[in-house]
Amino acid sequence: MKTPRPRTRGRAAKAPLPSGSEWTVEAIDRYNEEIARAAAHYKLDTYPVQVEIITAEQMMDAYASVGMPVNYHHWSFGKHFLATEKGYKRGQMGLAYEIVINSNPCIAYLMEENTLTMQGLVIAHAAYGHNSFFKGNYLFRTWTNADAIIDYLLFARNYITQCEERHGEEAVELLLDSCHALMNLGVDRYKRPPRLSLAKEKLRQQEREEYLQSQVNDLWRTLPAHELRTDARAEARFPPEPEENLLYFVEKNAPLLEPWQREVVRIVRKIAQYFFPQRQTQVMNEGWATFWHYTLLNHLYDEGLLADSFMLEFLQSHTNVVAQPPYNSRWFGGINPYALGFAMWRDIRRICEDPDEEDRRWFPEIAGSDWLETFDFAMRNFKDESFVAQYLSPKVMRDFRLFAVLDDDHEDKLEVSAIHDDGGFRKLREILSDQYNLGAREPNVQVWNVDLRGDRSLTLRHTPFRRRPLGDGTDEVMRHLARLWGFTVRLERADDDGKVELLHEIRGETTRPRPPG
Amino acid sequence: MVRIIDRRFDSKNKSAVNRQRFMRRFKQQIRKAVSEAIHGRSIRDLENGEQISIPARDLSEPSLHHGKGGIWEQVFPGNDQFSTGDRIKRPLGGAGDGAGKGKASQDGEHEDDFVFQLSREEFLDLFFEDLELPRLIRTQLAKVTDYKTRRAGFTSDGVPANINIVRSMRGALGRRLALGSPWAARIRALQQELDEALARAGEDSEEVRDLREELAALRARIERIPFIDRFDLRYNNRVKEPRPTTQAVMFCVMDVSGSMDEERKSMAKRFFMLLYLFLTRSYEHIEVVFIRHHTVAKEVDEDEFFHSRESGGTVVSSALELMRNILRERYANGQWNVYGAQASDGDNWDNDSPVCGRLLGKEILPWCQYFAYVEITAGEPQNLWREYAKLEAAHDNFAMQRIESPADIYPVFRELFKKTIA
Repeated sequence: MKTPRPRTRGRAAKAPLPSGSEWTVEAIDRYNEEIARAAAHYKLDTYPVQVEIITAEQMMDAYASVGMPVNYHHWSFGKHFLATEKGYKRGQMGLAYEIVINSNPCIAYLMEENTLTMQGLVIAHAAYGHNSFFKGNYLFRTWTNADAIIDYLLFARNYITQCEERHGEEAVELLLDSCHALMNLGVDRYKRPPRLSLAKEKLRQQEREEYLQSQVNDLWRTLPAHELRTDARAEARFPPEPEENLLYFVEKNAPLLEPWQREVVRIVRKIAQYFFPQRQTQVMNEGWATFWHYTLLNHLYDEGLLADSFMLEFLQSHTNVVAQPPYNSRWFGGINPYALGFAMWRDIRRICEDPDEEDRRWFPEIAGSDWLETFDFAMRNFKDESFVAQYLSPKVMRDFRLFAVLDDDHEDKLEVSAIHDDGGFRKLREILSDQYNLGAREPNVQVWNVDLRGDRSLTLRHTPFRRRPLGDGTDEVMRHLARLWGFTVRLERADDDGKVELLHEIRGETTRPRPPG
Repeated sequence: MVRIIDRRFDSKNKSAVNRQRFMRRFKQQIRKAVSEAIHGRSIRDLENGEQISIPARDLSEPSLHHGKGGIWEQVFPGNDQFSTGDRIKRPLGGAGDGAGKGKASQDGEHEDDFVFQLSREEFLDLFFEDLELPRLIRTQLAKVTDYKTRRAGFTSDGVPANINIVRSMRGALGRRLALGSPWAARIRALQQELDEALARAGEDSEEVRDLREELAALRARIERIPFIDRFDLRYNNRVKEPRPTTQAVMFCVMDVSGSMDEERKSMAKRFFMLLYLFLTRSYEHIEVVFIRHHTVAKEVDEDEFFHSRESGGTVVSSALELMRNILRERYANGQWNVYGAQASDGDNWDNDSPVCGRLLGKEILPWCQYFAYVEITAGEPQNLWREYAKLEAAHDNFAMQRIESPADIYPVFRELFKKTIA
């Protein structure tokens, strides 16, 4: 990036930072200190930083338990560990240089195999870039609670261990399997979860168990008032409004679950909820962190603190990270969120500092504004979907040479619906924004009805998005749901024309998810 | 404000529990893969783990997601040829850019095998489990022992050649200091008094003279403490320790005549594997000698031992003779622990069996730690069995058992080795 500031190299008051490839704790400390100073210069607001140095094996552990420092035990984590280990040992894949945890203090893992340069890069990227994003972005502020997450995970692991001791590992494992299958559909999208804290969770958990159970029993108490029911009432659905959070619905309403099982469902649901914002802010978050490691390290270089050798190594891995192979390359794996995010953030800065005529036309509200303020606003108030819709500029689309392809299975050919030209910019932006819309990415399946007066069967309704069907494994997922629900479960599809068709039906107690093997 | 924490030395193997759970859950598949793997393994190869692969679809984690079909409109980078409105042929297989990419390929599409590495312990556990092994036996066989001297500190008596000078002098110095210390304290006090007296009264006074005399007497007493005494002496101590000889030779003798079919050979192989494994627990270095025989015996390498077929009659004594000869030539220097294992279907040329009994009893068993004979047959005992049965009573390092099916191998093995403990 071109820095408009005049170079102040050579008049550094401080000794340059250590260089070379070997790192020491002191060197990391100094790097962190300088990066923190640069971050403060750009007014990045962060949680306190906790840097943890770990081995490759520990990194694989962290990988396997979805990046969390503590997690409950489950075979699927073991499977991921084995897969990662195999890949790593055969040199098929490198490990990520860093994992950062949205907690307070913000924990950033550095791998011991990294060179000093990489450690510096990771500190700038994770400990200041991601960290400030976690602290500022509205989704994270709404859905996650950085102060309590580690405590909660600890609670979860201990609770699940207790359950295993009391009810047997197998029972817990089967329950977790079922919950994991529904994890995607176990998040609230529009409600604020109550704050979690270890003490409170523990205190309230007992209470909750009893309360929930009593509620459930109530739900099925059909004896009194039987004759009062009218036909109109009989048609009333339960739940009155469709419920999109399947795990929530199961936790609160599944008739046969024991209290401890409800708590386990709740734990899985809470953890899914914690990762919900991350799934929606990939481009923004990675782009933001990449932008800041780039900017912070360049800032330090301009101050004369970093050696040329450092910059060369850093730029090399930076370039790898933000590379975007074209659609027809064998390396193509979709749009690289690092590349797109980085390009967009840089472009916003350019629009603020050095707008041209096109920018003034497209972005009158930010062209020429103070870039730090604009950045802060954008970082706080958007997610990928809205960020792209708001800030993707014609220049970025041109640079990426974006084009959109329409694939309709009723047509025998694909159609290029928009390309990076004047007529296509808005359309492209809309399509790309839609691509990051979680609602479009994941199937819309909601709890439609429970047959309260009859066989207690649960009916889900799938409303296809642009006629997209459900993928493989749906049957298996329904079996898992049936296990949780305990009675017949059905899955229907409601087409655009209002026609409803039954897709799957898993009958009552008799069916169980396929045992392994 | 930053905290840097070095976690590298924290608990390792955090994923061990998850790994175990994975193994437990997919035990059936893994066990199957292991038993398949065994057939392809060399018997000396049990030291390593095993690469196991199970079909990925068996362990998929299902989720609800979009499948192929419907309308997808997606943005791609790197346009090099398209304009709006272009119509493109659908790429074959739908794998490229276009049809429902991303989501659909995550699950159902690739059914590649999930491959991972079992550690040696895990492999052995499963291996023995296949044989219905309740636990690994850890009994020690009687071992030929060898002696080795090693340093073992110091003693207060010994031969002069072993005197440790440093230790002895150190002791002497300590003793002298300790014995002289009451007088040394007195000397210091007197010296001070003397200095004061000198300053006060001068050299000639009575007081000074008394003090000087007393000082001289005390110094003489200290001088009289012996410089070195008998009980200061320390000798290097060396003890003789029995040390197990760490090398063994294992003779695998197998009948490869026409009546030994592949299945029997496979059983024999498993038995030899077990024995080999058992020996590796006690010995560092093991040589394996493979002898196969029909009417004549031949020393062969492992591959040939298990894989080539012969036909014709059986003369067991030929193999025993060869074993005896090899034993004499190469392993007779007393450095070797000799183990023998013979597998046969029990067929032998009638007149040969007494010869075998004699050879084994007189010329082989005296040199062997242990010799095991397994007869792999479902039928009646043959003459060789009867001949060997006589030996069993007379020699406690000889044992014999019958194996009828693969499931017998482990119990038989256990039975064979139980005998030596008793």
